[in-house]
This record gives sequence, C-alpha cells and structure tokens, in this order.
Amino acid sequence: METSRHWRLRQQRYALVGEVCPSCELKIFPPRDICPDCGNEARTIFQFSGRGEVYSHTTVYQAPAGHTENSPYPLAIVRLEEGPLVTAQLTDLADKPVEIGMPVEMVTRKLRSDGERGILVYGYKFRPRLARAEQS
Amino acid sequence: MPENHLMKPNRPVGFAGYGAYIPQFRLPASEVARIWTGGQGGLPIKEKAVAGLDEDVITMSIEAARNALARSGVPASEIRAVWVGSESHPYAVKPTSTVVAEAIGATPHTQAADWEFACKAGTEAIQAAIGFVGSGMAEYALAIGMDTAQGRPGDALEYTAGAGGAAFLLGPAETALCTIEGSYSFATDTPDFWRRANETYPEHGERFTGEPAYFKHITTAAQSLMESTGTTPDDFRYVVFHQPNTKFPLRVGKDLGFREDQIETGLLVPEIGNTYAGSALVGLTAILDVAEAGDRILMVSYGSGAGSDAFSLQATGLLSARRSAAPDTLSYVRRRTEIDYATYARLRGKLVTK
Amino acid sequence: MTERADSRSSRGPGLPGQPNGWSPVLVAGIGMTPVGEHWDVSLRNLALDAISAALEDAGGLRPDALYVANMLAPALSGQSHLGALLADFAGLRGIEATTVEAAGASGGVAARQAYLAVASGAVEVALVLGVEKVTDKDSGQVEAALATASDADYEAIQGVTAGAQAALLMRRYFHEHRAPQDALAGFSLVAHQNAVSNPNAMFRKAISLEQYSNAPMVSDPLNTYDAAPMADGAAALILARAATLLPPDGRPAVEIAGSAVATAAMAVHDLPDPLGLPAGAASAQAALERAASQVEQVDLFELHDRFSIFAALSLEAAGFAERGAGWLLAKQAEIALDGRIPICTYGGSKARGEPGAATGIYQLAEAVSQLQGRAGKNQVAGASIALVQCLGGSGATAATHVLRRMANGT
Repeated sequence: METSRHWRLRQQRYALVGEVCPSCELKIFPPRDICPDCGNEARTIFQFSGRGEVYSHTTVYQAPAGHTENSPYPLAIVRLEEGPLVTAQLTDLADKPVEIGMPVEMVTRKLRSDGERGILVYGYKFRPRLARAEQS
Repeated sequence: MPENHLMKPNRPVGFAGYGAYIPQFRLPASEVARIWTGGQGGLPIKEKAVAGLDEDVITMSIEAARNALARSGVPASEIRAVWVGSESHPYAVKPTSTVVAEAIGATPHTQAADWEFACKAGTEAIQAAIGFVGSGMAEYALAIGMDTAQGRPGDALEYTAGAGGAAFLLGPAETALCTIEGSYSFATDTPDFWRRANETYPEHGERFTGEPAYFKHITTAAQSLMESTGTTPDDFRYVVFHQPNTKFPLRVGKDLGFREDQIETGLLVPEIGNTYAGSALVGLTAILDVAEAGDRILMVSYGSGAGSDAFSLQATGLLSARRSAAPDTLSYVRRRTEIDYATYARLRGKLVTK
Repeated sequence: MTERADSRSSRGPGLPGQPNGWSPVLVAGIGMTPVGEHWDVSLRNLALDAISAALEDAGGLRPDALYVANMLAPALSGQSHLGALLADFAGLRGIEATTVEAAGASGGVAARQAYLAVASGAVEVALVLGVEKVTDKDSGQVEAALATASDADYEAIQGVTAGAQAALLMRRYFHEHRAPQDALAGFSLVAHQNAVSNPNAMFRKAISLEQYSNAPMVSDPLNTYDAAPMADGAAALILARAATLLPPDGRPAVEIAGSAVATAAMAVHDLPDPLGLPAGAASAQAALERAASQVEQVDLFELHDRFSIFAALSLEAAGFAERGAGWLLAKQAEIALDGRIPICTYGGSKARGEPGAATGIYQLAEAVSQLQGRAGKNQVAGASIALVQCLGGSGATAATHVLRRMANGT
C-alpha cells in the first residue's frame, strides 16, 4: 500500500491545484517548484479552472495492473485554458466521439484503489463540457 | 391548542447555494424485469440512474458541492462544516466528508462528518447545518445527501435503487437564495428496511414499508409542520417528498391534500430512480431551478428505521439570478446513456471476478 | 540544446566532447541471444549466453568492468544488484560491475558509460550487457512495470501505458501533419521484411499492408503492428582501446566515433513540444559532432521503433527528414536495406523483438556486424558509418552513438 504517497498529492489530484511563477507568471501543472520557463522558484499556489481542450486522445485496451477493472478506458492529453498540458483519463463520454480540440472540463473521480484493502485514490479526469438543458 | 414542535433557529437561515448531481447511466426498469420476471409485472418507475465505474458517493458529492458553491459565490474557506448523508459511503470507516471538503477547498478550518439514517441522512445534515448557522456558530455549513443505492439482484428494490443527490450550502437568510421558515422531525423505531453490518444488500419488510412506515411518518411530519406554521397545502407552490417509487409520493401528496401540479416538478423518481439520501433533495433542486421569488416549498424526507424531516422553504429574489451559475438538475436528468443489465451488473460490481 | 553541445566543444582543441588524451574506443566483440519468449531460460542464463558469445567474438579479451543495462528485473524478477550477480555468474567474479538504468534507453546509456570508462583509460576492457526478462510475469504486471518509465504520480496513476503514450503522440502527429491512417505502415513492413533473415528475430515473417490495416488496436490509432512485442533477450559488447585490442582476425575494426546522451522532460505533458523528440535531436547532433560526421554521411540508422511513431520522430530529430515529414520515409526506397537511409536492418524492435533495456545493445551489435560486413542477407552494401539511437520512455532519455568502420590496420 502507498497511503502517504497518494495523500501528499491530494489537493493537486482532487482539484488541479498547481503553481504560478511569480517572476514570469507561467501557470504550472503538475507543480514542480522551479519554473520550467525562467528557472526561478515558483511555489505560489494557483487554482486551475479545470477547463481545457483535448490535445490528443486514445483508448487503453491493455491496461496495466491496478487499472484492469476499468479497461478499456479513454485517455487524453488536455491543454488547460491556462496553458499547461495534463495527462488524464476522459470520462462520461458515453458514445460521444472524441476529437482533438473538443472542450472538456475537470471532474474528480475514482482513479483506482490501492489494492483490495488499500485506500481509494481520487483525482482529476476530464469530460465533455456539460450541456445545459433548456428550461421549459 | 396543539403543542408546537417546530424547529427554528435563533438566527434566520437559508440556502446560500444548492447543487445537484446525477450520473449519466440509465437502467430501464424493463431490463430488470427482462432478467428476473420474464418481463412480467408492473414497473415502479421508467428507469434509474446508475453511477459509472469511477463514481461513488465521494465523487458525486464533490460535483454537487461544487455546483452549490458556484451558485453561492461563497469562498470554500468560509465553510465551517461539511456533512455528507448517505447509506453508501465508500468506506465503512473513513469519512466521505473529509475527501469532499479537501476537494472543494474547505479544509482545514472545518468540521467534517458523515451522516447515516437510511434515506433521510441528507435532510438530517441540513437540520444540523441549520443549527450550526442559526446559532451563530458558523456563517456557512455544507449539507449533502447522496447515494449509490444498493438493491439485491432480483429484489423489488433493484428496479428503483438509483444514484444521485444534492448539496446545500446553509448560510444567513439575508443573503440566501431560499430561506428556511422552520422544520419538524418525526421519528419512531419502525424496522421497515435495514442492512446489517458487513452485508452487501439491504433487507426490507415488503408491504410493511408502506402504511406504518413511509405513509405514517411523512403524513405526520407534513401535517405537524403545516399546523405549526399555520399553513395549508394551498400555501405551497411546490411540494417534494422522499420518492422510493412513482406511486408513494403521488399518493402521500394526494392524502395530504396536494395537487399533482405541486408535486410533479420535484418528482424525478420515474427518470432517475430512488436516490435514497438524495431523493427528496435532488427533487428540491429541480424545484429551485424554476421557483420564483416568494414561492413556498414543502419538503418532507423519509428514512427507514424510521423518521421524516419536514421543511418549509421560501424562494428569495436572489434565486433567479444565481441559479444559472451551475448546471440545472434537468441537464443531469437529460444527460442520459441507456445501459443493459449486463453493463449495469459490471458497473455495480455484481460480476464475480475473483 | 545546440548551445550545450557547442559549449562542450569549446573546452579543448580535441574533438568535441572528447578531451585530449582520450583513446579511440573499438568494439572488440558482440554477442546476441535470440529475442523471444524464453520460458526455459532465466535472467542470468540469458546474460551468460550473450556474454559468452561476446567474449568468444572478442577473441579472449578479459573485461575489467561490467556495465549491465536493465530496467525491469527489480519489478519483474524481484532482482536488483545485477552487476554482482551477473559478473559472478559469468565467471568474472571480482570485477567492477554495476547496473545502468534509463528505461528503454538503458542499453545506449550503459554503452556510453562503458565508452567513457575505456576512452578515459580508467578501464582497459569493458563488457556492456543488456538483459531483460519479461515473460515471468503476466501482461498487466509487465504493462505496470513498463509504465514506471513514465511519471508515476502524474501519468501512470491515470492508467497510462507505454503504448497509450505512443498512441497519444501518434494521433497528434497525424493531426498536425495531416498524415493518413496508414502513414506509418511502411516502418512495420520494412522491419518485418528485414527480420526474415535474422536468426535472432522473434518474428521472421514479412507482413502485408492489408495485415497492417486490419490489425487490432492496442490504443487507437496505434495497432498491434505499430507496437514492438516485449520479449526476453540479452546482448553484449566488448569495448577496448585500440592499443589493447588483440590483432584482428581480418575483419575491419569498428570505432565508437561519437557517443551522446541527452534528456528531456520525462512526462509527455511536460514537453513544450511533445512531437519534437528534443533528447533525440540533441543526442544525435552531439554524437555526430563528436564523430566529426554529417548526417548525410550516415549509411544506416538503427533507430528505436518500439512504436512506429518513434521511427518517424527519430528520423526527423536526427535530421533525415524535415519536421512532419518523417512518415514520408516509411517506404522501401527510403528505409529498406538498399534504400536511401536503411533503418532497423535486422528487423528493429518491431520484428526482432523489444527486449527493453537490452535493445540499445542489440542495436549497437547489429550496427557493428553491418560495418564489419558480417550481416549476410541483411547487409547494407558498403556501410561504413552507422547512427544508433535508443529511447527511454517517450523519448525523455535518448542515447545516440556513431559507429565507424576503420581502415584495416589502424
């Protein structure tokens, strides 16, 4: 079991909490503390909106151990509207075809369980932006 | 003059925000009938909402809570309690509420707890939150009722045991989208439905769940509340009851003197099933999506075991401006992906894989 | 990247990246086991087979140091500390030995460590072994072990597999460069064709475009013929300074003329330009520069076609094609044995098989046999300069070597 390892990352995983570089204002996710652009320290917390679009996507048919229960599952790289790319599963697709450029939004879902008796690991996934019903 | 047991806080309280969540999958009741009765017999609802493989009460509560916060405009850091009522908490021991609180950014200066009382755990959380805010202990408290309900394969409950619920941010009445005039609770030891420790599926008393349980408790709670507040069914624009099937809430409404047009806006059970702790609450969100300033709403929950909480609510002028800040409940109802029984069995972990 | 290579080259009057006093390093011997599902052979026996073959090929040189390239033994064999284990098992008890790990680039990186040791004079004769044993665990465990080459906290936790990462790059590549669905088929077809005459290859069978097009998806748009099969294998090289080398048996000597390793952001999403293969470009440029060679002089390119998309990206990064035009080389006239720039001359990872960390050593051994004219039916006529590149993860590590046939007697 890897309890503390998942616990450490809970805020970034649950809610896309990243960083912003105080020097060059680059928005950073995943957090990395040193700005990859200007090289300055970047530890200022930044809450991403969760909106983005699909940069690329695929479906995993041969899942690794720990993910086989959910196989097959759609996977994407998402371009967040604040700039960074993030790798994440897509969810709630139903039969909706995925396309590069499709607008998506972050939701917090169950990623896996840490073995049969370990903790449930929750984290970000992305889904097509929810269509609003027309009120009658 | 009858004794007045109406519960009212010292300081007026209301909903600063509300938010629903319903998963996208739908299992038609006819599918359950196809597998278990050869398609014979009447169906209690049209279809029920089913959670996806990556969903549970924690994830669903997070989305409903985010919707409630979006409508309120209140920063999560001002929340002093996150309470989740459910009978399908993902862990037997370990709070749902702390995960939800963390995900919405309400940690660490907050109370967090899980509530359990069959289908009324959510309204209990609301009452407790009324006390928290109404006493001045807190400005804001978040109460959630959410379930991914269990039904034994082939059991009558399997047709209806659905998934969904709603979150309510309780706050001062002055800035609320909907105020709470008062509430009344009625509880007795009535064993109509239960799940023993370590059991996967609940048991129920079949027809015993009707008259002495659901009808007795809801009727008493609703009548007592109306008596205490000096209201009659005509004073309410909308009414919403716990909805285990289509028939019960319609009948209890009629018994109490409500018309169908007062009931139908909040009656979601035909399309999403019985969402247990979320049932009356998600119905209430559908009402708040359309209610106008001044509309009075009666909500009565029911939890087996047994008890009912009744609330008299009134929409404020702020409601119409704020409700578009989050997806309306109908959007979730209409986001619909039909599944067959085999897919349902997989999604709900009913396949033996080890 | 260019700046880094330049600054290194300005250090001294010698060749870029090769300080004064360094000796040329020759490949004195090569050894390879067949790649495949070796149910009856253990990790250590695979290693022994390759080491024995290389030692025999080197005519009796005894190594002073062993560099083991391995990625998966801790996860799939419950075995670390391979340096001591394999030195001892191979009858080399007591010599300096260590394991080098850089995911799929481990082989090339280990070869570079050995090269540095020998070139500097610190080690007289180095043995580089690549070994991987993957068939003792089920496929889910193998996928999970391979996924440890991605970012565990931000990629693997999402259920990412190596194939899925390649598929994400492939889809984006098709999108940006308007390539058709079967754009990469030629890489797989040529690889299979070249493997027919390679006795060490796992799949010695040519395939047709129709077979490619009808193959089941691993991670769409990546199908089974875009993906190299993970398999067991071991390969070894003996490196020595020219002065140490025993008199040659008449075959031409092969020199490691350029050696370079570069890294990039490990997670694909952290790359500013995910299709740029920056480590591949930087290491190829540095290796060519250190060898004082131009890309136009290269006679064959052993690239790392673990997934077909990486053939296109490597060809572009190394300078054989413009950005976005790598896929246009996926045809006979360009990359077959008699093509403009032959690649994967023994079948590459696609058809020889992909033995993980051993791949880089197979590639180098194959290139050596090409330059020594020992490739038989797989021979690239007149090959004298080979470029060899292996990739770790989705290209976060790239190790590139330039091998050159030396005139006899030097």
